[in-house]
Amino acid sequence: MTEATYNFAYLDEQTKRMIRRAILKAIAIPGYQVPFASREMPMPYGWGTGGVQVTASILGPDDTLKVIDQGSDDTTNAISIRKFFAKTAGVATTTSTPDASVIQTRHRIPETPLHEGQVLVYQVPIPEPLRYLEPRETETRRMHALAEYGLMHVKLYEDIAKFGHIATAYAYPVKVAGRYVMDPSPTPKFDNPKMDNCPALQLFGAGREKRIYAIPPYTQVVSLDFEDHPFTRYRQDGCCALCGADDSYLDEIVTDNAGTRMFVCSDTDYCEGRRAEGHTGSETTPMESAHA
Amino acid sequence: MTTTELAAGFADKVLGAQSTFRAVMEAMARPGRIQRITFEAGTPAPLMHASAALALTLFDHDTPIWLDAAIAADGTAARWLKFHTGAPLTDDPSTAAFALIGDGSALLPLERFALGTPEYPDRSTTLIIQVQALGSGASYRLHGPGIDGEALLQASLQPADLFDRLSFNAALFPRGLDVVLVSGDQVVAIPRTTRLSQGS
Amino acid sequence: MYVAVKGGERAIDNAHRLLADARRGNRDVPELTLDQISEQLALGVDRVMSEGSLYDRELAALAIKQARGDLIEAIFLVRAFRATLPRFGSSEPVDTGAMAVRRRISSTFKDIPGGQILGPTFDYTHRLLDPQLAESGDPAEPATAEASDAPTPRVTDILRQDGLIEESPVAEDDSAVGDLTREPLNFPAGRDLRLQNLARADEGFLLALGYSTQRGYGRNHPFAGEIRFGDVEVFFEAEDAGFAVPLGSVALTECQMVNQFKGSATEAPRFTRGYGLAFGQSERKAMSMALVDRALRAQELGEDVKAPAQDEEFVLSHSDNVQATGFVEHLKLPHYVDFQSELGLLRKLRAEFNQDQPELREAAE
Repeated sequence: MTEATYNFAYLDEQTKRMIRRAILKAIAIPGYQVPFASREMPMPYGWGTGGVQVTASILGPDDTLKVIDQGSDDTTNAISIRKFFAKTAGVATTTSTPDASVIQTRHRIPETPLHEGQVLVYQVPIPEPLRYLEPRETETRRMHALAEYGLMHVKLYEDIAKFGHIATAYAYPVKVAGRYVMDPSPTPKFDNPKMDNCPALQLFGAGREKRIYAIPPYTQVVSLDFEDHPFTRYRQDGCCALCGADDSYLDEIVTDNAGTRMFVCSDTDYCEGRRAEGHTGSETTPMESAHA
Repeated sequence: MTTTELAAGFADKVLGAQSTFRAVMEAMARPGRIQRITFEAGTPAPLMHASAALALTLFDHDTPIWLDAAIAADGTAARWLKFHTGAPLTDDPSTAAFALIGDGSALLPLERFALGTPEYPDRSTTLIIQVQALGSGASYRLHGPGIDGEALLQASLQPADLFDRLSFNAALFPRGLDVVLVSGDQVVAIPRTTRLSQGS
Repeated sequence: MYVAVKGGERAIDNAHRLLADARRGNRDVPELTLDQISEQLALGVDRVMSEGSLYDRELAALAIKQARGDLIEAIFLVRAFRATLPRFGSSEPVDTGAMAVRRRISSTFKDIPGGQILGPTFDYTHRLLDPQLAESGDPAEPATAEASDAPTPRVTDILRQDGLIEESPVAEDDSAVGDLTREPLNFPAGRDLRLQNLARADEGFLLALGYSTQRGYGRNHPFAGEIRFGDVEVFFEAEDAGFAVPLGSVALTECQMVNQFKGSATEAPRFTRGYGLAFGQSERKAMSMALVDRALRAQELGEDVKAPAQDEEFVLSHSDNVQATGFVEHLKLPHYVDFQSELGLLRKLRAEFNQDQPELREAAE
C-alpha cells in the first residue's frame, strides 16, 4: 500500500495497454469517441482523470511534461496533476510551452503555436457534443453513425433566430476531417482555430464518461457555422496589463470593491515569455520588468 | 517445449512497451512516415523485431489474434505470443483485434477481417503486415489526416496492390481497416483515413 | 500594482497538513483504531466495502478513518486502491442457499423451513436515544442456543417448485461474466452488468428510486420474499488446478423480491424476481437494489417503460456516487476561462438587447 508499489506513471500495464489500443483507434478515426474502461484514479472524476489516464499511458522517462488549467501552470489542479506525474513517473516538468513534449490541459490551448513532436492532452468533462441536445447515449451514437447532425445545426440556427448570434462561447462544436462533429472540451471558442491543421497530435480523455478521441496532426478542424453567420473568435477588447499582449486570451481581474478591473493573459507562460522579452503593460513597474 | 526455450520478451516490460507505443502512436499520427522500434526484445522467427515489440505492447487476454499461415507455420511464434501476451488465437479473422501477416502475397480479401460497425467503427482489426523493405522500393504518394500536404513512402511490399485494396476504406469510412507495415525495426502506419494521391 | 497569484504548491501542501490535523481533531481525545471502526461502526464498513467493490474490512475501516467518516469519500479511496489491483479471474457463483444464516426473514410466509431468524436488527427497536451509550459500559451478553443444523432453503426456491415464480436465469457456461470496470458499459446492458452496476451504486440513489416505484412511478407490486444475511464460502477455480478451491468466506446480505406479473398472451401469470446483493449487513441497500433491478426488467417483461427507475440508461449512468460526487464537486475547480467567454457573450447580447428595445430598458431602470 505504499507509493513505491505503484507502477511507472501509476497505471498498471494492463490498463495502459487497453488505453493505448484506444488511442491508436482514436487517431485512426479522427473525432470519433472510442469507449474505454476508464479506471478509478486517485483524483476525483471530473478533475482530469481522463487526461491523466491518457498522459499516464503515453508518458516515458524522456518526456518533459507541462500541465495547465485555465491556461495557467500555477492553478491548484494543474499543480496537483504535475506533482502526481513528477512523483509516479519521475518525469521532467516545465512551464515552457515550446520545451514540453507532452502538455496536459484543462480549458485552454496554449497561445504559443505547438510543433511536431508535441502531444496536447485535453481533459474532457462531457465528450459528446450532442449530449445537451439528446441525453441518451443510444441516440447520439446512432446520430454519429449516420453523420446525422441536423439537430446541432437546428440548435445553432435557433440561437441566431433568437439572439442574432450563435450563443455558444466555449465548448464550441467542430467538425473533424469532414466527418465527425466533436466537442473540443470546454475551451473558449477563441482557441478553436488553433486545432485546425495543428502540427501536434491532440488527444482527448474523458474519464468519467469513459471516452478517448483524437485529432491527428495536420487535420482539418472546422468550427460549425453558417455562410451568413460565419464563426468568429471572441476575445476581450483589451491588452494584458502585465505584458501588453493584444492577441492573447485574457482573464478579467477585479481589483477592488468598486469593481475596477483589468485584464491579464490567461496563458501565464506566454505572458512571462513576453515580459522576459521586454514587453510591458500598464501594470508593469520598471523594477518588475527588470526582474523578469 | 518449455518456457526456457522461448525467446525473451522485452528487456524491461514497462519501458519497452512505453517506447514501442510512442513509436507506433507517432506512426499512426503521421501516416507514411517511418518510425523505428529499437527497444530490446526477443524476436521469435518468423516475427520481425518491430512485430514482436508491437505484440508485447498491444496484445493481451482481451485481444483475439489471427496469424496467417506464414507466421503460424512452425508454432514458435504462436507459443511465444501465448506465453508473453496471453492473447487468445482465433481462426476467424473477423473476430481478430490484430492480425499478423508474414506473407502479404497470400493476404486474405480484406473484407474477411473485422471492419467495425457504423456505431463502433473502432471494433476493427489492425493488420500488422511484414514487408520486404521500407524506405526503398516503389513510391507511394499519400495524403489524409496526419499528413502535411503529401507524404512520400517508399516500400517494397506484397501484395503489390495493397494500396489499391485499401482504397475500400474510403467508401467504408468510418468503418475500415488500419494497417501497420513492418520491416525489421521500422514501422509505417496506414490508418483508414490515408489515401493514395492520384497519379502515383 | 497587480501581481499574478503564485505559490499554489505551498498552499496545497499546507491545506493537506491542515486537513490531517482536522482529521485527528482534539489530540487529547484518544485516536480511533481501525479495530474500533470495524467492530463498532460495522455497518459503515459494510457500505464502504459494498460500494467500494472490495471485500476488506481493514481497508474499509482505514478509508473511513482517513475520510473523517465521509462514507462516499471512503468508498472513493477504496475504489482507487482497488483499480490498481491485479485480477486473477472471477470466482464461482456463491451459493447463498448454503449460507450460514445469521438473520433471515420472509414477509411472504408466516413460517418457512429453517424458520424466521431475526438476528441483529434495528427492526422493532424504539428509536429513542440511549443516554447510557454516552457512558462506556458493556451491554449484556447475547442469548445463545445450539446452532440449528436445519437447512434454510431460499423462499424463492420453494415457490419455484410449484412453478409459481419464474426460473432464476442460469448463467451460460461459455459466456464470460461481464465486468464494467474492465469494459465500458454499453446500452442496452445485460442483466449481469446491470446488477454489477446496482451493487456498486449509491445506497441513497437506489433507495430513492426504489421508493419511487412504490409510490407509483413504475409500480411492480413487490413482496420481500426473503432477506438473508450471513456467511458464504467463496470458491475459485484456478485454471491449472482443474477444481475449485475455497478462498474463505464473505458476509453477504441477499434480498429476493417477489413481484406480481400479470402474464401475457404466451405466458401464464406468475411471480417475477428482483434481486439484491451486498457485502456485509446492508439490508436497505439490498432491498432497494432488488426493487430497482425488477423495475429495470420492465422492457424484458413487456411492461411500459415510463418511470425513471425503469430507464436503464438513466439509472445506470447516474448511480455511481464516485462519478457523481467527482463531477458535482468539480464545479469547485476554476472555470474562469469559460466564464470570461460567457461573460463576453452576455455583455454583447445585453448591449444589443438594450439597443433594440430602449423603452424596455428605461422601464427596467
